[in-house]
Order: sequence, then C-alpha cells, then structure tokens
Amino acid sequence: MAEPTRAPSSSRTGDIWRQFRYHRGALAGAVILMLVILAVFLGPLLWGLDPNRLDPLNRDLGPSWAHPLGTDQLGRDTLARVMAGGRISLAVGFVAMALALTLGTLVGVLAGFVRWLDGPLMRLTDLFLSLPLLPLLLVMVMLFRDALSARFGPEAGIFLLIVVAIGVTSWMPTARILRGEVLALKERDFILAARAGGTRGWPMIRRHVLPNVLSPILVSATLGIATAIITESALSFLSLGFPPDFATWGRLLRDGTVYLETFPERALAPGIAISLTLLAVNYIGDGLRDALDPRQNPQ
Amino acid sequence: MLTYTLRRLILAVPTLIVIALVIFLLLELAPGDPMAQVPLTVPDEVREQMRIALGLGEPAPVRFGKWLWQFFAVEPMVWWDARFGTGFAEGTQRVISWQTRSPVMELVMQRLPQTLWVVGMAYVVGILIALPIGIYSAYRQYSLFDQAGTFVAMLGYSLPPFFSAVILIVIFSVHLGWVPMIYDTTHRVTDWESFTFQVRQSILPVMVLALQTTAQISRYMRASMLDNLREDYVRTARAKGLRENTVVLIHVLRNSMIPVVTMIALGVPSIFGGAIITENIFGVNGLGQLLLTSIRANDLPTVQTVTFMIAVLIVLFNIIADLLYGLLDPRIRHG
Repeated sequence: MAEPTRAPSSSRTGDIWRQFRYHRGALAGAVILMLVILAVFLGPLLWGLDPNRLDPLNRDLGPSWAHPLGTDQLGRDTLARVMAGGRISLAVGFVAMALALTLGTLVGVLAGFVRWLDGPLMRLTDLFLSLPLLPLLLVMVMLFRDALSARFGPEAGIFLLIVVAIGVTSWMPTARILRGEVLALKERDFILAARAGGTRGWPMIRRHVLPNVLSPILVSATLGIATAIITESALSFLSLGFPPDFATWGRLLRDGTVYLETFPERALAPGIAISLTLLAVNYIGDGLRDALDPRQNPQ
Repeated sequence: MLTYTLRRLILAVPTLIVIALVIFLLLELAPGDPMAQVPLTVPDEVREQMRIALGLGEPAPVRFGKWLWQFFAVEPMVWWDARFGTGFAEGTQRVISWQTRSPVMELVMQRLPQTLWVVGMAYVVGILIALPIGIYSAYRQYSLFDQAGTFVAMLGYSLPPFFSAVILIVIFSVHLGWVPMIYDTTHRVTDWESFTFQVRQSILPVMVLALQTTAQISRYMRASMLDNLREDYVRTARAKGLRENTVVLIHVLRNSMIPVVTMIALGVPSIFGGAIITENIFGVNGLGQLLLTSIRANDLPTVQTVTFMIAVLIVLFNIIADLLYGLLDPRIRHG
C-alpha cells in the first residue's frame, strides 16, 4: 500500500472494517445486497402496480415499457411480482437466520460455559446434524401447513411454519463454532480477572463472552441468511412452500419454468434475483471471515 | 482401531433409534388424518376397520416398536431369504406402502439404481473437477486462475440447483437441442447407440449436481493446501532440492488430502438430499422422487422409511469419515 502509515486503530470494529474494505468481492457483495434490499422494499414506491391485480386483457405479454418483464398467464406484472416475492424471500431469510442464530448462540455459549451441559447439548447438536434435513423440512411443511394456515391465516401461518422449520434445522453449525470459541475464551486471563472480580453467570456472558465471540456470530449470520433463502426457495420450488398466489422467488421460478421456451424472462428474473442475493451474501461472508481471521492478515 | 470401530458402531444404535423416534413423532404429532380422503358416506365402523387395516389401530409406542422390528429384523430377513432361498421371513409383516400396497423396500430397490447412477456419477465427476482446481488455486493464490476459481465456486454455492438446471435446460435442450430435457428411466442400455443416449441424458442432471460438489470440495481443497504450503516441511523439502512437482503433488497434496477425504465422505449423504430437487426437475425416477410423491400422497410408511434410510446413510458416513481420518493421519490414533 502506498498510503501513509495510518494511526493504529482504536477500535476492533474499525479494524475489521479496514480489512473488509480491502476484500473487493465482499465490498461489491455488500453494495449489491443493499441494492437488492432497496429495490425490493422501496421499489414498489416507484413501480406502483399491484403484484396480485389480475388483468386478463394483458396476459402473456413479452417485455415492454408498460411491463418491463412482461406479464404472466393471469396478466399480473412480473416486475411487481418479483419485488413482492423478494420481500417475502428476504424476510424469511432474515427472520429464519435470526432464529437459527439465537438458538445456535444459546446452545453454543451454554455448552462452552456450563460444564455439565456440554455433553448433553453437544450430543443434541450431533443428533440434529444427523437428521436428513431437507426431507424432514418437506414433511414438516406438508403435515403442518393446513393446520397453521387455519390458525393464523394463510400468509402468517406459512411464514411462521417456514421460518420456524428453517430456524430449527440450521442452528447447529453456529452452536458448534461458538462452543469452540467459548471454550478457548474461558482460559484467557481477562476472564480469569473478571471471575476474580466477582463476575459470574449472566453478567459474565453478556459483558465478556458475547462481545468477544461476535465475529464468528457475524460470519454465521451471513451464511445463515444464504441457507435460509435457498431453503425457502427450494421448498417453494417443490410447491411445498407458500401457497401459489403468494409470490416468492422460488414460486415464481417454478411457475416460470413452464413457459421457459416462450417467455424465458419469467423464470430468469426471479432466478437471477435469488442467485445475485446469494452471491452477494456469500461474498460478504467470505470477506468477513478473512477480515476477522487474524492468521490471514495480509499486512 | 477395531475396538474404536466397534464402539462407534454400537454408539450409533441409540443415535439411530432417537432419530427414528424423532421422525416417527413428527409424523405422529402432525395434524391431518390419513382417512381424510375417504368419502363421508363411508360408515364409521367401516372407517374404523380401514384404520386398523392400515395398522393405525394400536397405540403409538406399539406401532413404533413394530416399525423398528420390521425395519431392522424383517427386512434384512426378507433380503436374506431372497438371496439364499431360506424361509426366515415367512408369515412376517413387512413395511407396506399405503399408496401402492407393496412393500416399501421393494419400491426403494426399484428406485435406488437410478439415484445411485445419477448421484454417484455426479459426485465422482464433481470431485474429479474440484481437486485440480483446488490444488492449482492454492498453489497460485490470488492469481487470475484463483480468482476465477473462487468465482466459480461462489457461483456453485449461490446458484440454487433448481435455477442452474433451468438455465442448462434452456441452453442445451431448448436452444441447442443437444441433450434430452427429461431423463428417460425406462431406457435400457443394449448397444453402443443406446449407451450414448444414456450418457447424453445423464449429462445435465450430473452437471447440475456436480456443480455444487465442485464448489464445496474445491474450496476445501484450496484451504487445506494453503494451510500445508506454509508448513516448515515444505521449505525443508525444497531446500533438499526436490523438484517442485514432487514437493507439491506428493508432499503437500498427501497431507492436504486428509481433511478433504473426510469431507468427501461426509458429503455423500447430503447429496441424496440435493438429489430430491434435481430428480424433480429432470424427471429422474429415483429415491428423491419417491419421497416427494409419497409426501404429497400422505403415504406415511414410505416417508418414514425413506427418510430414516437417509438418516442411516448420514450416520454411517459420519463414522466412515472419522475412521478414514484415523487411517490417513498417523497423528490421530483411535484407542
């Protein structure tokens, strides 16, 4: 680097940010993810068409100025549907990731910190890792779909079901990584000092343990979003996700494959949206991991 | 080593029973009645008899026990009988599919070859592509090749199989017309002509599945090679005047393969899960397709059995991976 030597950074966050900035892929990923989020959530303000409005006179149109991505077999605007689908897909991704992260952090920190819980919790993690997850997810959605949508309404019920199903089946890697981190952390001097100072239990975890395992949690979070989005799309694609009239990216892709020869943009648009989001998230995860790993420091 | 293997195998039994219980309970607790499709005009006592005929008359623990017995004792006996012409399994009840009324295991045996052919081919092809990419990317870290390799791997992670399959179908079946769009499972290989057709129709599903394998294994290979290339013994080998090829392809590669081989073993079961989607797209009449159709038809015995079989595979390959680790790495000795 030709820059003048910088003053040593005072904060760890600043450190990570500096590292992260040099990872070009990660930076591009962050920008693209922000753009996708903005397009999906603020796009409807600019593009006011209702994604569910049927317009039988204008069905099966190719791309035009009135409908940049054409319309589907019921005359619904594909662009509006891709944006609406993105809202659900991203929402599922973030909420399921938050759930998996909470569970994983809870299990990981408890297993690392409380000695008598370590064995049972890790056996539980191993057990979950041995479960055939995709088949079980399919079974869960199939069996509980009707009951939950009767209880909470079709959209909220399925959302709840899918988020819980994905969250409950994807917390294990986080738990494993965090347990290892906490076990290593426990031997460090500052924990000993805090312990000598009388810090115990919850305050110890909150004040000293959690801030120091934040980086693996962050990496898990980005990878968790990717897993959740891909799982939701897979479920929707196998038509075991949201009901057909709710647009999600996976569902749109599924519906679009039928018209692949005549209207390829119907399948390509949601497919590219999924892939772009996942690519961005994966690059961010990669960059974060490099930035947070002291061994890989390029300087 | 032998005691370790035995201990792992014995420890796997409670794990498998708990997994079987989890699957069973999930199906048990689910709302929804297998009799829901039966017309309302059917009287209640007939309905009750139908429930008993489906094996739903007994309490849950008894049914769970019976299913375990059928899976672990009856089915192996049936297999043994068919193999050696004995009569152990006579008069015993096998796991029967509600949908087809035939034993679930027979369905599985019909479907397994297709899945194994496509999935197995895909895995082998994926590994064969991944290893050289991983090795060279690590050797020339941050080179153009490495960047491109990283990008391809990222694509492999990020392109969901149901999208990459769609793209490949559009390009190679619809526009170029080189390969068939749907996999024909009834096709028999008899001569050279039919063999080339079999190869052509396998290309797309195999490529879709292989892309994911390639992405994972090549990243893993690269990371492992990078770790080893920094070791002191590499410098020693070079200082001794060994040729660069020998250093990289013999010394470093052998040590780097240890975690990669475990990874390959661990990845085998997960690819059966991934095959569900690929089989669905290409119409491969395999195990994933069987699972999907039986989930849709509410055929609980089949769902339970097939899901459990995948779980058995996962546990088995976990053990194989651990054993391989011990065999390959002399620093790890299982007592």
